[in-house]
Amino acid sequence: MDRNIDVLSLYPKDMNIYGDSGNVLSVRRRLELLGYQVQVHAYNQDGDWPEHIDLILGGGGQDQGQRKIIRDLFKRADSIRALAHEGTPMLMICGMYQLFGDYFETLEGDRLPGIGVLGLHTIGQEERLIGNLVEHSQEFGDIVGYENHSGKTFLHEGTQALGTVDAQGTGNNGSDGTEGARIHNVIGTYMHGSLLPKNPAITDFLIRKACERRYGALDPQSTVEQQQELTRLNDFAERARAVAMQRPR
Amino acid sequence: MEQQENSASAKPWYSSSIPLLGKGIRLLSRLTRHGGSAFPGKIVESLDPDFLARSLAQLPLGVVLVSGTNGKTTTTRMIASMLTDQGFRVFTNPTGSNFTRGVVSALLGEVSATGHLDADIAVLELDEAYAVHFVKQVKPRFSLLLNVMRDQLDRFGEIDNTARLLSHVAAATTGTVILNREDRRIADLLQCVPEDTAVRYFGLSDDLKSAFPSDDDMHSDTKASSDSEDHRSSVNESTTAELKTPDYKTSAQADGSEQSGQRIDVSGEELMLPMGTPVADVTLVAVGKQYAQFEMDGVTSGTSVKLEGLYNLFNAAAALTVVRAVQRSSDTQRDIDNKNLLNSLSSVTPAFGRGEIIDFHGTSVELVLVKNPMGFRLALQSFDPMGYDTMIVINDEFADGRDMSWLWDVDFSSLKAEGVAVVSGVRAWDMALRLEYDQVPVTAVDTQPSHALDLFLQHSVDSGSANGGPARPKRIYCTYTAMLKIRSSLSHLTTVADAGV
Repeated sequence: MDRNIDVLSLYPKDMNIYGDSGNVLSVRRRLELLGYQVQVHAYNQDGDWPEHIDLILGGGGQDQGQRKIIRDLFKRADSIRALAHEGTPMLMICGMYQLFGDYFETLEGDRLPGIGVLGLHTIGQEERLIGNLVEHSQEFGDIVGYENHSGKTFLHEGTQALGTVDAQGTGNNGSDGTEGARIHNVIGTYMHGSLLPKNPAITDFLIRKACERRYGALDPQSTVEQQQELTRLNDFAERARAVAMQRPR
Repeated sequence: MEQQENSASAKPWYSSSIPLLGKGIRLLSRLTRHGGSAFPGKIVESLDPDFLARSLAQLPLGVVLVSGTNGKTTTTRMIASMLTDQGFRVFTNPTGSNFTRGVVSALLGEVSATGHLDADIAVLELDEAYAVHFVKQVKPRFSLLLNVMRDQLDRFGEIDNTARLLSHVAAATTGTVILNREDRRIADLLQCVPEDTAVRYFGLSDDLKSAFPSDDDMHSDTKASSDSEDHRSSVNESTTAELKTPDYKTSAQADGSEQSGQRIDVSGEELMLPMGTPVADVTLVAVGKQYAQFEMDGVTSGTSVKLEGLYNLFNAAAALTVVRAVQRSSDTQRDIDNKNLLNSLSSVTPAFGRGEIIDFHGTSVELVLVKNPMGFRLALQSFDPMGYDTMIVINDEFADGRDMSWLWDVDFSSLKAEGVAVVSGVRAWDMALRLEYDQVPVTAVDTQPSHALDLFLQHSVDSGSANGGPARPKRIYCTYTAMLKIRSSLSHLTTVADAGV
């Protein structure tokens, strides 16, 4: 039986600033340990859009990187929106999270359009929100990471947050207690650090959705060694999470 | 000194007592072992904000400022050491305390009670942000801008912003700005150099360029895209193309500025290669084990070095370019003797924690400081793990950077074959998780560096005795504060040179 999974890594050349490649690595390795064959398509501007996509990962970038890819992103916007509506799992970190919203208003007042997958907008700010962060979500439990962004993001009515934060001055905008956003199986967040290796609940969610959409169900076929390896990855992640939760911001 | 009076229009009435007062505080803080190296500087800075500028204004050859993300400490050490060998009296901040107040503290140790500084030239390393602060007070005669890499983004925001910080240094330099030709963001700073200031480059031969990936193409050889060879080569091509076509000054501009006294004596045409790539004053052309070859003035010559690591050897090219610029400057009246310079380079030892080797009862323990993904990647490429026991210590204190995402931008698979004996530091589990994802076997994890070190030293004794041979040499990769901890633990077990911090 065919056990291929096609993962699209979105603009790794320009949008990969905070260890985002760790997210790709995490998805790939865990899928492999579940007995799937993984094809990672690194898609950069003007590249070939793969025929089949089961899961999309996007990262953060510098302002310059965002400007570089935005034209190409609009070329692909219809395909991405369609995939999102069909339930394709996606994780968008930081810069790509912002571009998945409706618009980004810069410090100078210019309005850069986003591709509108997530109902939210972002306003550029002088002050950066930077530091270790733990947020709470019903679906994934506590999410552990590191935020580093100057844009403040505001969710529109009806847009679900990924989680809630306890401390003032953290999260999407530092004031409303939300962090990240969710629609269909699309997750947007400012949490990096790198998110997926240390939050395997989210990785497994993305993997499960990808397998369900392609094959109807997640069907793990791990050897004993692969099961042990998965257990070890989860154990190490649990210990790394416990330390990260105790660290100063 | 005369200059002291000139620049002292705003000095407070008590400024003549500052050197003595500062020295007293420095002595006290040393005796009581409080406050570290920068504390006296902090006090003097607030009492007498002009002390720094006034003291450095006395130097007949001015200030060499070294900044950039990686390699400042070792490069500063190389420049200071070579200049000293060439007969200059050099003031430097050798402890890697690269904030302005660290420089003030170092000055307090050197100035006489009357504020006299007995030196020809100062060679100072400054952190990118503090360099901006520094050049507001002191215009450097020479500046060396090494590189901009992903380091402490939690402080500076992003790489482009770090480059912007360094553009202030380029703009404030009066004599010669020395730029890394191979780092696009640094080479582009040419545009910020004032008309009357000369520009020199240090560079790599084409053969060596592939060994120095930039942050921009860092992703291209991570596992994330390992299945797309085409993509990788296209990225490298585009990066090379970008390197070759920045908007360099036209030869007419270079000619025009040649009229200035401190300008270099080479015509604009000779500075340019056909593609618009500037000719480097010093090019690193080949490297071997503790050996490096440089091209200067069209001649290639090699030397043995005590420094290891590709990046240290590239920084040696930077240091040579600086020393040559100083010698070339109109005030020194000295001829450049390349052979002599290489000779002098061959005796420079690594700065503490930068490939420093400590002897532990006959076994060598090598400390390698790693602060950012590119630095760690270069270190892993430079130091062959075969035959070594490896330990990694990762802390996330403020000086290390709190953000751990950078570990995911390093490819650790070169450690697969030998494995890692011990992982330690506050973020040991983050590191262990990272290694696990690269399928690097880890023998032990212990978040306490002193325990972990005991374990590590014991580990090698065991492996040595099991083979009946001598214990294997050891290598410890560590972040900044982790290195201080490891050094301190080692000093309880064996003799470790005073690091001066």
